[in-house]
Amino acid sequence: MGIRNKDKGGEKGREKGKENPNRKADQNILILTYFFVGLFIALVLYFAVFLTVKKDDVINNAYNARLDSFSDRIVRGKIFGSGYEVIARTNVSEDGSEQREYPYGTLFSHVAGYTGKGKTGLEALGNFYMLSSHVNLLEQVYHELTGQKNTGDDIVTTLNVEMQQAAYDALGDRRGAVIAMEPDTGKILAMVSKPDFNPNTIAADWEDIVAETNTSGQLLNRATQGLYPPGSTFKILTALEYMRENPDTYEAFQYDCGGLLQEAEYTIQCYHKEAHGQVDFTGSFANSCNGAFAKMGLSLDAGKFHQLADALLFNTALPISLPYNKSTFSMNTGADTWEVLQTSIGQGMTQITPIHNLMITAAIANGGTLMKPYLIDRVETAAGQQVKKFMPSAYGSLMSAQEAEKMAELMRHVVTEGTGSALRDASYTAAGKTGSAEFETGKETHAWFTGFAPAESPKIAVCVIVEEGGNGGKAAAPVARKVMDVYFSQQESEE
Amino acid sequence: MVDSSKYLLILFIAVYTYYNFSYFRYQEIEEKHKACAGQIRAMFALQALAYLILYLKTEKILVLYFYLAQVAFFLLYIYLYRVFYRNVSRVLVNNMCLMLCVGLIILTRLSLDKAIRQFIIIVASALVTWVIPCVLDRVWQLSKIPWVYGVLGVALLSMVLVAGGSTYGAQLSIQIKGITFQPSEFVKISFVFFVATMFYHSTSFRQVCITTVMAALHVLILVLSRDLGGALIFFVTYLCMLFVATNRLDYLLAGMALGTAAAGVAYKLFSHVRVRVSAWQNPWADIDNTGYQITQSLFAIGTGGWFGMGLYQGMPKKIPVVEKDFAFAAISEELGGLFALCLILICLGCFLQLVMVACQMQAMFYKLIAFGLGVEYIIQVFLTVGGVTKFIPSTGVTLPFISYGGSSILSTFILFQVIQGLYILKRNEEEEYGNQE
Repeated sequence: MGIRNKDKGGEKGREKGKENPNRKADQNILILTYFFVGLFIALVLYFAVFLTVKKDDVINNAYNARLDSFSDRIVRGKIFGSGYEVIARTNVSEDGSEQREYPYGTLFSHVAGYTGKGKTGLEALGNFYMLSSHVNLLEQVYHELTGQKNTGDDIVTTLNVEMQQAAYDALGDRRGAVIAMEPDTGKILAMVSKPDFNPNTIAADWEDIVAETNTSGQLLNRATQGLYPPGSTFKILTALEYMRENPDTYEAFQYDCGGLLQEAEYTIQCYHKEAHGQVDFTGSFANSCNGAFAKMGLSLDAGKFHQLADALLFNTALPISLPYNKSTFSMNTGADTWEVLQTSIGQGMTQITPIHNLMITAAIANGGTLMKPYLIDRVETAAGQQVKKFMPSAYGSLMSAQEAEKMAELMRHVVTEGTGSALRDASYTAAGKTGSAEFETGKETHAWFTGFAPAESPKIAVCVIVEEGGNGGKAAAPVARKVMDVYFSQQESEE
Repeated sequence: MVDSSKYLLILFIAVYTYYNFSYFRYQEIEEKHKACAGQIRAMFALQALAYLILYLKTEKILVLYFYLAQVAFFLLYIYLYRVFYRNVSRVLVNNMCLMLCVGLIILTRLSLDKAIRQFIIIVASALVTWVIPCVLDRVWQLSKIPWVYGVLGVALLSMVLVAGGSTYGAQLSIQIKGITFQPSEFVKISFVFFVATMFYHSTSFRQVCITTVMAALHVLILVLSRDLGGALIFFVTYLCMLFVATNRLDYLLAGMALGTAAAGVAYKLFSHVRVRVSAWQNPWADIDNTGYQITQSLFAIGTGGWFGMGLYQGMPKKIPVVEKDFAFAAISEELGGLFALCLILICLGCFLQLVMVACQMQAMFYKLIAFGLGVEYIIQVFLTVGGVTKFIPSTGVTLPFISYGGSSILSTFILFQVIQGLYILKRNEEEEYGNQE
């Protein structure tokens, strides 16, 4: 038969090798098979790890259109304050309709954000977590089979409700922003922006808010998106650059302030033309003497100054996850005298956001190292089990430790003997820099304060801007003080 | 309904997979047949439920007819096979049917038109390749014509290189009268036959050199056509066959060293290789462009999770060429990671069955063919699943029997039928031998 014949052909090989080559060949086949099976075990393990551990980070991406459909199967989780105060929750009524509730009303408006008319703030930042459920798989399966929605995870934020309230009250009806963060971790403790809106009624108020006649910019989170001239808070950079260019002689700097500085056809005046008299480096900074800083500015290398500004995150992406605007610093080599004079005292073309100003201050407070600011501390299941924890992480070093120490010392002097007098008699040792930034002729200046405390081992940094608030020391510094007061009284009661 | 059905679908394929591996354990033929019967039940249950959902979702009556046609085909294929070839490997037939069935389910969900075209190709391929076991049994000249295979292979590949149309940067196919076909799919088979015949006749150094030159020629043409996946499959298959035929570890190691060096050179020389590698290393860096496909695939698999979104609940069409190279991602997204995992295991089970056939064959010629084809099959599965999940850089190969594409279906049919033929050959011989005693 054909079959037998066919096999005869095969037997030829068998006879020649007397079974031996076949056994060897089978052994080799086995070895290679083990190899392929090994490859597949690795592949299967990788696949399992991807589905168990890695997938959350991967699919939490703006390019993943699938996320939008998550709310069909998940009830949005809660936003908690650092002490589990409910900042936002979803109430499900008996007919299954869902309503997002913000128990604190306008208190957290920008930082918590809103849903419905798009998503902003933490509602956008934590969207994925709140629409993912990590209750155990069996429970999820049970819910699906019985046609119930699963409960999304909750996000526990770094926000301190009391401090938020203090900042909110201190700013009052004025426009502006207040941000507080821990310089050594990057945790944001409070973030207020005014004017604000009520996220509970955002849908009903929407027409009014976006109406052309409404010029208040309620939806803008001024803390991260508001661009302002830095005013005298910019002297932090001017002083730092002056120290770098004159490492041995900067302490010997002297200037006799008569309230005005004449340079060619230009005049720079101090705030309210106050004459500071004879001031040294520390004194010029403490009293925020414009004449002295304009003079320092004239001696600086504009190109190097530009590099310093860039290194301190001007014209650069900021390491924060909320929407923000980039601060701008445009002066460069070849700038004319007027631009140099203006730029050195924080006027001119330079613009900065409050969060950026705070980050520079926080870096000084933290020995030169900037910690990335963050708002979500951890993600937990509805049952309180931790799903994900966010750890502090360093962005990098903005200046050397020695420079940071020197800057901190200068900022301490602002409080002890300069414009930061509002904090002088505080129970803790505060440091900071005030600013009164001109932005439009004939209008009151924007009031700035950016600082930290305690000076010897900083625990908290605060930045305040009060639009058209006038004098930074008088309008902004007291706001910062109220926030710091709450922080330290909390610390005390904890001990 | 869709929600609860997805768990049942996973259950059915899990049961199938269980039988697939318990099959190896059983000694008695009756037990084996029982396991196979269980597989068939699980497969038809899976298919019925899946098509019920597909019908409910689309509300197209055509889907129901399509389903019935498939049931008829699978039943006929499974049972007529046993009538014609008494000693057929039932588990192998089952696995073919299951993979075709899963492929058609996901394809119907993606595009009913394509699914129907695919089904027509499947039926045609099944009919054409029906005779292969018979041919293997009777045409003994197959082991005598190495140069026919070799020259045919190189000629076909060169034809594509010269006149081929390019898809996604690789020259893979040629068009004849409106029908595109991908010769490399068929050269895969002829290549294994070529190597097997060469080594069957001799494994002298001279013969090894000649064979290696021819094999290198195959690989080189594929690299020039930018078909990296194909080149890799040919290369690894050749090394494996060389090692088994000669029992020379030094050949294997030298080949591996050479391959690594060649890969390095290719990386330096060809920009499309670098693009693939960088898209694998960090697809997020260029998410709009080179990283788009792989990130969409990861989104699909990740969002689907272990249990999947359910049929029609996901967005598999966001992945470019999802029905071909990325069918696995669509399956994982909608039918679930567990389902996809079972599918990987079934593919691995297939490979083990192919290897067992190789080990049972006594003639080196058959042994090499069975093993070579088995290796080709498993590398292809590894490349596609690994590429889609970002385990390895994507090489753009199809998942055999599941991805859309006529050439791939036909060539996989040939591959399985050749092995089936060898299995039948062996069993018939055993039977006869036993009867004579």
